[in-house]
Amino acid sequence: MINVQPYANPMYFVWLVLALIPLMVGLFYGRRLQIYEAILSAAVLVLIFGGNKWHQGVALIVYMIWQVVLVQVYARYRRQHNATWVFIVTVIVSIIPLVLVKLTPAITGGHNSWWGFLGVSYLSFKAVQVIMELRDATIKTMPIWDFVRFLLFFPTVSSGPIDRFRRFQKDYTEAPSQSDYLYMVGKGVHSIFLGLLYKFVLGYLFGSVMLPSVAQAALAQRGAFFGLGLSWPLVGYMYVYSMYLFFDFAGYSLFAVGVSNLMGIDTPVNFNQPFRALNIKDFWNRWHMTLSFWFRDFVFMRTTFFIMKHKLVKNRVHVSQVAYLVNFLIMGFWHGVTWYYIVYGLFHAGAIIINDIWLRYKKRHRKQLPHNRWTQALAIVVTFNVVCFSFLIFSGFLNTLWFTHGMR
Amino acid sequence: MDAKATVLAILEDLTGEDVSGDMNVNLFDTALMDSMDTVQLVLELTNQLDIDIPVSEFDRSQWDTPQKIVDQVEAKLQ
Repeated sequence: MINVQPYANPMYFVWLVLALIPLMVGLFYGRRLQIYEAILSAAVLVLIFGGNKWHQGVALIVYMIWQVVLVQVYARYRRQHNATWVFIVTVIVSIIPLVLVKLTPAITGGHNSWWGFLGVSYLSFKAVQVIMELRDATIKTMPIWDFVRFLLFFPTVSSGPIDRFRRFQKDYTEAPSQSDYLYMVGKGVHSIFLGLLYKFVLGYLFGSVMLPSVAQAALAQRGAFFGLGLSWPLVGYMYVYSMYLFFDFAGYSLFAVGVSNLMGIDTPVNFNQPFRALNIKDFWNRWHMTLSFWFRDFVFMRTTFFIMKHKLVKNRVHVSQVAYLVNFLIMGFWHGVTWYYIVYGLFHAGAIIINDIWLRYKKRHRKQLPHNRWTQALAIVVTFNVVCFSFLIFSGFLNTLWFTHGMR
Repeated sequence: MDAKATVLAILEDLTGEDVSGDMNVNLFDTALMDSMDTVQLVLELTNQLDIDIPVSEFDRSQWDTPQKIVDQVEAKLQ
């Protein structure tokens, strides 16, 4: 049987749009063809997780049963009770599959877990979010099909953007008005074409044309600067990789948003000109936004809330610093259990803590400090370079450069 | 003390500015508030007015101006 990877080549869109036509006609007349949509979704999922990837399909099914049962049990429990330890145990049980998938390569020396499948982290974000909202009673009931539909919404199943249940459900149950839908389709088509430019032109140029040659040049100078390999080609690698990372991922995200739009779902955007950020805090409001907002709402805010409510740390500034550290460390581990992802997390925690100190200083000395377009330009340049350096860590290239001698 | 006065007092404490002159200023876009202030706002409101605001309920777009915060709190108090 054949296997199709989502958004992997332009033909994917041709087939997808053809398959979406009945759904789009229905939406144009204000009706959501739920059964057709369910069948189409199932078919796309079979194509993604079938064929030679069948073991991923099995893992996905087991994973879904795991989450559905867990969420049903917790929702039922929550109607009568609300013990904190039950909530914590539920969250832990929900992320066990993800933790196993992430830990396996670190323990077995690079072998992937048999229980991994494309998108396991993104599904886990959605499941945990539902559990947290059940705890807060902002979600009161969770019908099985609503939950499954939310988790397995196929345009975003592999790599986000990470939607929120209540927002998604509202879009799904209310078909948009004709003029709203037409606007949405226009926006969706625009997103898809911009995504094609990003991913298949610019992402390809940086990632497949330029990156291998700068990588080779940097590896050729691995003895430079006392054996640390610090060379101009390495600097080149840093910038080229950063561009590749942005255009590839932003392109993919635009596809996911665009296809969602065609289906009448207003999936939130993931990027907002991140390289124009004025500081690191601003950067995280512009880069991989649905992930960073997920972390803000479900990790950072809850951590600060917990610390302050129980008065574990007195000083407000220290509270936020601890919470940033927790937040970015978890984000680092989530990317994968390797030294460079964890250092990447710590680096951003450090950067945002320093950023916060600077912002407080600036607030106190507003009168004395100059503020004009030159200082703004300087802020953008500094932020851009700090971010690119963090992506060099993230790329894992330093690992290749320093620790994998003789690999040719 | 009524809801509006309490909210304004807390906001003044957090932002260091009297926001009563512009009830529709966007507190996040203008960088008057950040996530930390948000948490503190929720805690203060919970303590001072004896209302319950779970973090999940804190949808930024519903809480981003002084007026919206007052409205949310008044809705809770009823």
